[in-house]
Amino acid sequence: MSDVLRHLGTHYHYVIYIALMLIGLFAVLAKGNLIKKVIGLNVLQTAVFLFYISIGRKADGTAPVLWDQKPETIPYENPVPHVLMLTAIVVGVSITAVALALIIRIKRAYGTMEESEILVLDESDQQGSA
Amino acid sequence: MSDAQSPVIRYVARRAVPFIQLYALYVLGHGEDGPGGGFQGGVIFASSIVLLALVFGYGAGRKACPERISDFISPLGCLVYASIGLLCLLMGGMFLEYARLAGPDASDHAKHAAHHFGLIGIEAGVMLTVTASMVTLFFEMARPAPDEGGLDE
Amino acid sequence: MLQHLPVLTIMVPMFAGLLVPLLARVHAGIVRPLTIGALGFSCFAAIHMLLHVQGGHPIEYAMGGWPIPTGIGYRVDGLNAMVLVMIAVIGLLTALWMRRSIEDELPAAARPGYHAVLLLACTGFLGITITADIFNLYVFLEIASITSYVLIAMGRRRQALYAGYSYLIVGSIGATFILLGIGHLYMRTGSLAMADILAQFQANPDLYGMSDVRMAFAFLVVGLAIKMALFPLHGWQPGAYTHAPSASSLFIAATSTKVSAYALYRIVFSVFGTEVLVSGLPPVRDALLAMACAAIVLGPLIAISQGDLKRLLAYSSVGQIGYIVLGLMLLDERGLTGGIIHFWNHAAAKGALFCVAGALVLRTGAARVDDLAGLGRRAPWTASAVTVAGCSMVGVPLTAGFLSKWYLATGALATDRLYVVPVLLASSGLTAVYVWRILQKVWFAPADVEPRVGAEVPWSMRLPTLVLAAACLVFGIAPWSVEFARDAIAALGIAP
Repeated sequence: MSDVLRHLGTHYHYVIYIALMLIGLFAVLAKGNLIKKVIGLNVLQTAVFLFYISIGRKADGTAPVLWDQKPETIPYENPVPHVLMLTAIVVGVSITAVALALIIRIKRAYGTMEESEILVLDESDQQGSA
Repeated sequence: MSDAQSPVIRYVARRAVPFIQLYALYVLGHGEDGPGGGFQGGVIFASSIVLLALVFGYGAGRKACPERISDFISPLGCLVYASIGLLCLLMGGMFLEYARLAGPDASDHAKHAAHHFGLIGIEAGVMLTVTASMVTLFFEMARPAPDEGGLDE
Repeated sequence: MLQHLPVLTIMVPMFAGLLVPLLARVHAGIVRPLTIGALGFSCFAAIHMLLHVQGGHPIEYAMGGWPIPTGIGYRVDGLNAMVLVMIAVIGLLTALWMRRSIEDELPAAARPGYHAVLLLACTGFLGITITADIFNLYVFLEIASITSYVLIAMGRRRQALYAGYSYLIVGSIGATFILLGIGHLYMRTGSLAMADILAQFQANPDLYGMSDVRMAFAFLVVGLAIKMALFPLHGWQPGAYTHAPSASSLFIAATSTKVSAYALYRIVFSVFGTEVLVSGLPPVRDALLAMACAAIVLGPLIAISQGDLKRLLAYSSVGQIGYIVLGLMLLDERGLTGGIIHFWNHAAAKGALFCVAGALVLRTGAARVDDLAGLGRRAPWTASAVTVAGCSMVGVPLTAGFLSKWYLATGALATDRLYVVPVLLASSGLTAVYVWRILQKVWFAPADVEPRVGAEVPWSMRLPTLVLAAACLVFGIAPWSVEFARDAIAALGIAP
């Protein structure tokens, strides 16, 4: 038991990212409002960003910039996860943008942003056309 | 909304815009060997236009960067990036191998300079696209819908 | 020139996709030739590379001149050359086919943008296929996904918006899982280049026991299963295919889910190594086998009762993707051959059927199966295409679908998985039921039923349909695709 606790103490970043991820997933799955789902998606993505940044961390690490000293004499953070997340953040923003644009058009077409009401309207559309 | 802002805000916003834009170019220029680059520069540049829209209203902001212009610049930036990549290819290198832009038998110094300009070139392309996309995103989200009133005006 | 083909295959459609919105304001007439030209080039390049890589001569490309473990690399071998050809050919045929369809379904202002998004979607799918860097794969996956969401949401009824939104939410969860899997893999191996990671696994098989490697594989598999609509994660697919514009349905149904299935092949063969399924994580293999078998039977079963042709085809796709996953999970030379040739066979058959569904929408305004009544009398060409493609879906001998099933069944027998054979037979039977339901309407409608379809569609739509239907026959008779698949398997390192 104390082993588990010590493990959690040194690896607390996993706990944080998994908690954030579950919060995000819960919002995406359980919320009926389309905007809240997108917020959940953003929380989910942010959890992954934090996970990546935390795996590049090094104790007492500095910015990975070439100073006058030899690079092996000073500890530096792994820059690769940072670069990857820069790309992933841009991807996340694009997805959020497309999602919000779709929501604006859904609101105009259906007059609502509640999933349950949209499904009812879809149902009546189908009965109308059949 | 534009009438409700205090004159201090209007004055400061108007004077701040050129400095924000200059700073965006500074961030772009230093992206190669320091923190910064096209993404950051583009977002800062777009923020100057967003500031105009927030202070002087949707219409005034859109006038500073009409839809026609932003829709044109957005693919143009990507094209600049891709064209530099293809230019490297035409000069006999691999895609995006900037050092080849100096020519077939250039000195190391010229290759270094070519690498530098290649990077600045693609960063400028990124900046154009990011600026235009950010401006488009903001104005599309804030566009006053006929029936809902929208952000302002 | 050959040296640069991998990057040009990707860049030419992307370049065209960026030029289209710029040139459309000067001269709208240039949009269509530019689209067809760019996709035609990709087609040519992909076929050229497919012929070149035969006999185990992969083409490698180092972006920016950076050597591969450091920089991003592209790599074309027998397997992804086949998938590249599939994407480029379907893209080209869609571009040729869609002129009348989008004139009917989209407002004039949206058409240049639609071409641009289609080109960028093609870029994304080609990029997923060609890259040898696992993070680059994620980026292309997102490019392909975002453009797909837009392609679907452009449908003319408001349900298309909600279908696009649902796909966006589910697809983004899948993509986030894939990103997380890549992160766990990077944490353990410190590399993103596929060849580099594979070398580490081969040098040190103990890695398979590590919990983060297991987590990485689990996240990647679940993420890709969502993207490829593997039963029971297929919920987003029927709505998306049904409400999208017909050209989007055609392109996305014939490529999208199969490109994700290809990514699973690539992850298993070139990142983890096939050992991950055999000794590393056998439960994943059992689970995927069960999901594939469930998809193969239940997909066609649900399809039988559908009244909308596009929705029927969407459920049938759920079943067909099961074949491709089944081929991979058998991990036997014959089973894999069946899985790999099914990439082409399903693209041809499903492409032809979605062409017909789109033609039906153009003529009647909807894609109801009942409206096919009397099609054989009024539009014999289209009706013949439905017949051939339908037979291929069932797996009638001399059609492409028969070969897929034959190789899958013999592969299953060779690996002592006898239960696969009745699964395949049951699926053929159920497929025969819905195909017969369609063919009966097409050919044997009572004489007093006035056909809703007045006449044939124009040649621009008929020709791609016939090409795809002919492909179903050609691949069934001439064993080219089998030869290509054998070569791909040899290059991947499964002993024959």
